Amino acid sequence: MCLGVPAKVVEKRANDTARVDVNGNRTEINIRLTPEVEPGQYVLVHAGFAMEIIDESIALETMRYLEEMLQYEQ
Amino acid sequence: MTQDRILMAHGSGGLMSQRLIDEVFKQAWQNEIMEPMLDGAILQMPAGRLAMSTDSFVITPLFFPGGDIGKLSICGTVNDLLACGATPLYLSTAFIIEEGLPIAELRLIAESMAKTAREVGVKLVTGDTKVVEKGSCDGVFINTTGIGIIPEGIDYQPPRIQPGDKVIVTGYVGDHGLAILAQREGLTFSTPVVSDCAALYQLEEMVAKYGDAIKCMRDPTRGGLATVLNEIAVQAGIGIRVKEAAIPVAPAVKGACDMLGMDPLYMANEGKMVMFVAAAAARDLLFDLHQLSPTANAAIIGQVDAGPSGLVLIETELGAERILGILEGEHVPRIC
Amino acid sequence: MSNDVKDYQQHLLQAIQSFNGSASLMEVCGTHTMAIAKSGIRELLPPNIKLLSGPGCPVCVTSQGDIDAVILMVQQKDLILVTFGDMMRVPGTYSSLQEERSQGADVRVAYSPLDALRVARENPQNEVVFLGIGFETTTPTIAITLEQAAKEGLKNFSVFSLHKVVPPALELIFSDTDIKVDGLICPGHVSAVIGVKPYEILTDKYKKPCVITGFETQDILEGIYMLLQQLKKDEARVEIQYGRVVKPEGNPIARQTMERVFKPAAARWRGLGMIPASGLELREEYAGMDTRLKFGIPEIEELPIKGCACGEVLTGKISPPDCALFGRACTPLKPVGPCMVSHEGSCAAFYRYTPVKGRG
Repeated sequence: MCLGVPAKVVEKRANDTARVDVNGNRTEINIRLTPEVEPGQYVLVHAGFAMEIIDESIALETMRYLEEMLQYEQ
Repeated sequence: MTQDRILMAHGSGGLMSQRLIDEVFKQAWQNEIMEPMLDGAILQMPAGRLAMSTDSFVITPLFFPGGDIGKLSICGTVNDLLACGATPLYLSTAFIIEEGLPIAELRLIAESMAKTAREVGVKLVTGDTKVVEKGSCDGVFINTTGIGIIPEGIDYQPPRIQPGDKVIVTGYVGDHGLAILAQREGLTFSTPVVSDCAALYQLEEMVAKYGDAIKCMRDPTRGGLATVLNEIAVQAGIGIRVKEAAIPVAPAVKGACDMLGMDPLYMANEGKMVMFVAAAAARDLLFDLHQLSPTANAAIIGQVDAGPSGLVLIETELGAERILGILEGEHVPRIC
Repeated sequence: MSNDVKDYQQHLLQAIQSFNGSASLMEVCGTHTMAIAKSGIRELLPPNIKLLSGPGCPVCVTSQGDIDAVILMVQQKDLILVTFGDMMRVPGTYSSLQEERSQGADVRVAYSPLDALRVARENPQNEVVFLGIGFETTTPTIAITLEQAAKEGLKNFSVFSLHKVVPPALELIFSDTDIKVDGLICPGHVSAVIGVKPYEILTDKYKKPCVITGFETQDILEGIYMLLQQLKKDEARVEIQYGRVVKPEGNPIARQTMERVFKPAAARWRGLGMIPASGLELREEYAGMDTRLKFGIPEIEELPIKGCACGEVLTGKISPPDCALFGRACTPLKPVGPCMVSHEGSCAAFYRYTPVKGRG
C-alpha cells in the first residue's frame, strides 16, 4: 500500500519543499514530515512527500544474516 | 500567408488551402513525385512483393524531448515497414488540423517530417489536409501510410518462429513512454530521459545480411515490450521465456517508474525493435547491432519454447519464473 | 547485483527451504503482495511454508457501498474529482471512475494529494474533491494537504475520507480462531509511521512474532527468515528487518499531523465488516473541507456480490484459486471484486504472476 523510492536531497527550498534526485530524475517534494533533513541525505519518497530519512549505515546490500546462516550450515 | 493561426478556411479547398499547402507543406517536402500535385502520386515500383503499413498519430504534447509528432509519424510507419523486412520507399500523409493551431508549429512539424524522411531515404509523395473546429482534435492528428519492397526470400512473420530461437531487443525500453509522461501536465518532475523516437533504417543492412535467420520483427510501441511479446506468442503459438536481468532499462527510467508505480516493460518505445532470430545467428547479429548507434544497447533477452502456447514467462532475480502478462486497461501512476 | 548478494539471497532461500515444521505467514500490505508475486518467492517456498495475503490493500478493503457513494457523487454533482490512479478501475455495483470519466465526468489522476490543491487553486469556480484512500503511510500526506488548504483559505477544496488504519484489522485477524497465522510480515512503510508499539501490543497478547519488512526481494527473504528463526526458538517478538527506513519510534511528526486533522471512526472494511476505530474522519475544525458533510453524501448499503469470496481471501481464509469465480467469471480484464481489480490485490497478483500450474 506504499510505493516509496529512495531519493537524494539536492536542495532545500522555501515552503517545506526540497529538490530531490531519483536516479537522475529531478522532482520537488514536500519535507514537512522530515524537516531536519539536509542536502546529501537520502529520503523515502511517497506520494510527493519525504516520509523518512534513510539510514545509509544500513544499506540494502548489508548481508546481515550471512555469518549466522553459514555457521548453521556447518 | 498573413495569418499566424490555422483557420477553418484553410481546410475549405480554396485559395487559403492552396496557400497552406504551397507555403508549408510543399516548401518542406519538395520532390519530383509530389511536384505535379495530382490527386494521387504516380509511382514506378520495382517488381516484387510490396509491404504497406498505416498508422495514425494523436500524441500530445506535439513537441517533446527527442522529437515531435511529425518525426514520430515518419518513424512509426517506417519502422512498421522495416519490421516486415521491407525497404521503405514512399509515404503518404494526411493531416487533421485543429482550428487555431499556430502555423509556425505546423511548419516545424512539416520540416521535421522532411528532415526525418531525408535521413531515412523515403519520399513523401502525396497528402491531404483537413481542418476541424477548435476542440475537435488535439492540435493536429497525422496519418501516414507507407509502402516498401520486400526483398526476395524474406518472409518475416510469427508462424516462422521456432522453439530455440532467441529474442533480441535493440536497446533500452520505456524511454519514450516516460519522456511523454514527464512532459504532460500533472507531473512536475524533470528527467534526463528523452524519447527514443527514431527510424531504424539501419536494420535494412541486417535484413540483407541475415535474411531468413531472422524470423520475425515487431516494434514495441503502445503497451510496451511485454505486450508485443504476448501478441507474438499468441500469433506464433509458442511460449517465450525472458530474463528480467537481461532486459535493458536506463537507470533514470527505472527510478522514475519505481516512484510512480509504473513498469518500463509496459511503456511505449518509438525507436526499438523486438527481433526473433535463429539461435545460430543470434550472437553475430547482436555484435553487428552493437556497432550501430541506435542499437548499441541491444541485448538477447530470452528464447522461444514449444509451449505453453501464448505464454510469456520471466525469470526473476531469484531464479523463479512468473508470468509477464499483456497490458490490461490504462497504465497510470499509483501509490500502492 | 553483485555475486555476493546473489549468493546471500540463495543462502536465505535455502535456509527458508530447510525449515522443519509448518508455518503460515501473513503479509498485510498490497505492496508486499505485489513484490512477493513479482519476485516469484512463492514458487520457491516449500509446501510447509504458506504465505497468506491479508487485508493490506486499501483499495481492496474499500467497501463497495463507499465506492458507489463516490460514483454517485461524481454523477450527480458538478465537481472535479482528483484521485490516486489505483482507484480508477475499481468497480462499484454499476460503474467505475474510469467509466464515469469516459461519460464526461471530470476525474483526474494525481501522484500526490498536493496536485489536487493545485487543481483547486487553478479552478476557483469549481469544487475540487480529493479521494482520500490509504493507510498510515498516505494519510499524513493528506493531513498536511488539508492543513495547507486551511492556511490558504481555499473554499473550493475538500477531501472524501476513506482512510483506514491497520492495527484494528490485525487485532481482528489474530483474534479470529478460524484464521491460522503463525507470524506477521509487517508493512514496511506503514511501520515507518506507526513504529513498533502497535505490534508489541499484539505480540504480547497473541504471542505471534512480527517482523517489519521492506519491499526488495532481499528484504522479504530476510523478513521470512527472521520470522522462521523466531518460530524455531518459540519466540514472539517484534523485530525490524527494514532498519534503513523504520525506526522503533516511527515518525512522531507524521502521527501528530494525522491526529491534528483526523479522528478515529468506525469504518466498513470489505470482507471484514464494520471495525470500530479503524477508519479516519476529519475533525470538526475541518468540517468545511469534509466532502461528506459539504455535499451531504449518503451512506450506501453494501450489496453482497454473488459468489464473490473477497472477504475470505482478504482474511487469508482461502487462497485466490480456491474462489469459485477466480480465473473464470473474475479476471483482471473483467474483475468482480476489488481483490482482482486492484493492481496489488491478492487475486490480481496471483492471476498475473503465478505460472499456469499454480492457477485454478
